[in-house]
Amino acid sequence: MTINESLAQWSELFMLLAAVTYLVAFVAFAWDIAAHSKATHRADAASLRHQEAKRPAMAGGAGAADPAEEAEADAETSAEAGAYGGSAPSDFDRTSGRRTADDSMAYSGARRPAANVGVAVMVIGVLIHAAGVLTRGLAASRVPWGNMYEFCTTGALVVAVVFLIALIFRDLRFVGTMVSGLALVMMVAATIGFPTPVGHLQPALQSYWLVIHVSVAVMASGVFTITFALAVLQLIQNGRERRLAADGTDRIPFMRMVPSARALENFAFRLNAVGFVMWTFTLAMGAIWAEQAWGRYWGWDTKEVWTFVIWVVYAAYLHARATRGWTGTRSAWLSIIGYLCIIFNFTVVNVFFSGLHSYSGL
Amino acid sequence: MSKEKKAAADAPALGPIGMLRWAWRQLTKMNTALFLLLLLAVAAVPGSIFPQNIQDPARVQDYLDQHPTWGPIAEKIQLFDVFSSVWFSAIYILLFVSLVGCVVPRAIKHAKEYRSKPPRTPRNLSRMPQHRVLTIPAGSLEGRELTAASAAAEARDILKRRRYRTELRGEDTGTPHVAAERGMFRELGNLVFHTAMIGVLIGMAIGSLFGYSGQKIVVQDESFVNTLVSYDSFTPGTNFNPDWLHNFSLTMDSFDIEFDRQPGSPTYAQPLDFEAGVTVREDSDSEPTEETLKVNEPLTVDGNRVYLAGNGYAPIVKVNDGEGNLAYEGPIVTLTTDENYTSSVVLKVPDAAPDQLGFVGMFLPTAVLDDGQVPYSADPVLANPALVLASYAGDLGLDGGAPQNVYVLDTEGLEELNSMQSDDGGIVLTQEDSSYQLPDGKGSIEFEGVTRYIGLDIHYDPGKPVVLVSFLLAFAGLLVSLFVARRRAWVKATETVDEAGRRAVVVEYGLLARGEDPRLAHEADRLTELFAQKWGLEFSEAAPPTSAAAPAAQKGES
Repeated sequence: MTINESLAQWSELFMLLAAVTYLVAFVAFAWDIAAHSKATHRADAASLRHQEAKRPAMAGGAGAADPAEEAEADAETSAEAGAYGGSAPSDFDRTSGRRTADDSMAYSGARRPAANVGVAVMVIGVLIHAAGVLTRGLAASRVPWGNMYEFCTTGALVVAVVFLIALIFRDLRFVGTMVSGLALVMMVAATIGFPTPVGHLQPALQSYWLVIHVSVAVMASGVFTITFALAVLQLIQNGRERRLAADGTDRIPFMRMVPSARALENFAFRLNAVGFVMWTFTLAMGAIWAEQAWGRYWGWDTKEVWTFVIWVVYAAYLHARATRGWTGTRSAWLSIIGYLCIIFNFTVVNVFFSGLHSYSGL
Repeated sequence: MSKEKKAAADAPALGPIGMLRWAWRQLTKMNTALFLLLLLAVAAVPGSIFPQNIQDPARVQDYLDQHPTWGPIAEKIQLFDVFSSVWFSAIYILLFVSLVGCVVPRAIKHAKEYRSKPPRTPRNLSRMPQHRVLTIPAGSLEGRELTAASAAAEARDILKRRRYRTELRGEDTGTPHVAAERGMFRELGNLVFHTAMIGVLIGMAIGSLFGYSGQKIVVQDESFVNTLVSYDSFTPGTNFNPDWLHNFSLTMDSFDIEFDRQPGSPTYAQPLDFEAGVTVREDSDSEPTEETLKVNEPLTVDGNRVYLAGNGYAPIVKVNDGEGNLAYEGPIVTLTTDENYTSSVVLKVPDAAPDQLGFVGMFLPTAVLDDGQVPYSADPVLANPALVLASYAGDLGLDGGAPQNVYVLDTEGLEELNSMQSDDGGIVLTQEDSSYQLPDGKGSIEFEGVTRYIGLDIHYDPGKPVVLVSFLLAFAGLLVSLFVARRRAWVKATETVDEAGRRAVVVEYGLLARGEDPRLAHEADRLTELFAQKWGLEFSEAAPPTSAAAPAAQKGES
């Protein structure tokens, strides 16, 4: 078993290309938001004109305005809004501009060219990225998750793939900027923060439990990354909804293409439940591996402590849904705290805390 | 806060039993459980910040030495023993009491629900989160006439096939109805999960009460017998009895390391694999078996687990004392200090006369010995083994009976004979130049060869199977409680006559989720589909039935 260095070089090139591709996807998704903002402004203006046009007719007491004209104007505004709202016109509340996105997050068939470009670029990015991860693994003839660089790059791939798979079932293009942005950050962190040349694994890591334990941990982190994005959007949307209810102002109109805070919360909860099951599995498989490698299944090693903390925080999140006064904003914060713990566990604990899980490769 | 204060103010009127009942109710509240969970997470954090005695007592001592003021305070509040501390224990014990207080009443309630019939049909089904109405005109079915009674019976059969438990009621009245419920396992799974967590805790307690762990260094061709005296260090469980030690023995036959030898590899000269050959006897009478011991592949001997925890070189030396007698001959266990197996050596020779002798220094497997430079090891393999030592003579301080660290030489009662700093450069022993006469006729030392040793960790934990089984139950319970949906469904059938005088059967049904159920609407769609199929209804693709009154198109009417 030798290290194949030309494959290792190919891998690094693929990783770089993938990062650039994610950057393009990020720009496309951001463009989609900007374009949507413009479209909603136009729609608002149109509906304002429409209302003004209607008012004199009513005041004149002439009876009915031309019904054909009214219908036409209606169709125009809702088509305009629908085009970027990704929803049935019925969801669009023209007078308050409350929201345009569909709470079931189903595809509406409305055109969002920039977002489509973003998804397409993302698919290309994932393919290149997958090639990078695969060649990295092949170069060392082992699974590509043995040090921080590899956790980051493989983790970013999982985030992107989970996002694309979720896109098949739900119109989640509204989190595209956050997901492509986070994937990009992870790739940059790997390349700049934890650069590690392809090498062999130390004997302690040579176990099939590495394949099981770490892959599930990385997958769970990928799921939690997406729920983190959803929780952040939920908080923003919640603030916007409250302001709209209070005085009707909407300072962030592009959030119209994001579903309601409630819908985000429900969807994030389902994903978090899956993530929690995965994390439970990670913890248990880690315990079984620890029993084989270190002689005890649980010894409160720093990494074990933080895995436990994360598990408890997400357990609290799941309980929060069943507790009065803890749904909504508070549970979103729990989800965010959980994710921050994951980041802390991955970066600070791996690099600065001493413990048995010393494989940062730094 | 203010609520609690108010309740506390009311407390005297409640009396002691009332107080207890109040405290119990507070503790078993969901809010309290949630708070305790979060508190548990916060309380675990210091365990990763401060050095812990369970991991490394030496680092705790270092911390105490570096922080003379704060250290003892931290020790007092058990920051070095977080996971066995009073406060951490208090939190998880309260949490588990709260858990029991929550699970027991729920289990009783669920057992009752399990035996009882599905709940009675609400009067107004349109209030349900999912509500649909189907109208089946007379004559839509070929060969038979649908009545309210037969529609209800058929609805019941369909629900039964979808694994609802059902009951048909009001058959003699004009509106027969079906009450149905499914997903009783959801609550059961939830209860199993929480109960199994108690099992995990019990398993951990069994392990820390009746288990033990110990370390032993075994030099090649030497044996280890599993008795209390043969351990280098031993940590018994709280209730452990040394008579319970299983009487197995183990001999180290060989040890091999495979190093990375690919030029240019970032892991060059690092170990890729450790492998120890050992001979194991389960007890003194049994046949010896040859086994291979590797990292990640422990041996199981009579319920004990034996791990390969460390390894190193053991140079073999012979020491003659000032009177010319043999004072020591054998391997010295060294401590490996770096990747190239630079190993620190301490040898105490208490049998030497007239003065006791002590040696401190390094063992270098691939020694680079250049003049005027500090000797170092360039590679982990035995290419040019060398011992670089300083020697001492005097009193080793062993006779006082105070325990000493074998890896540290206490030089208080000793006089330095020579060292690296002295004119002759101290003792340097290689394979070619293998013996050295100590100054002042204090004796001689000879480097005879090198062997290896392995460090063994031996663990016995009788609680492990309990923890494993509890975890598997908990995991299964978790899956069921998160992904099985608990739903109730009610179906009412009535016969009507429309304006045109045609008879029709109206089937109205509502669904209610208990707990999280994002697929309730999907279930309602599916039921609509099944009912429509059964009763010969067809929907146009464009307009699937939504809530409230669903438009039903009659087959053959168009």
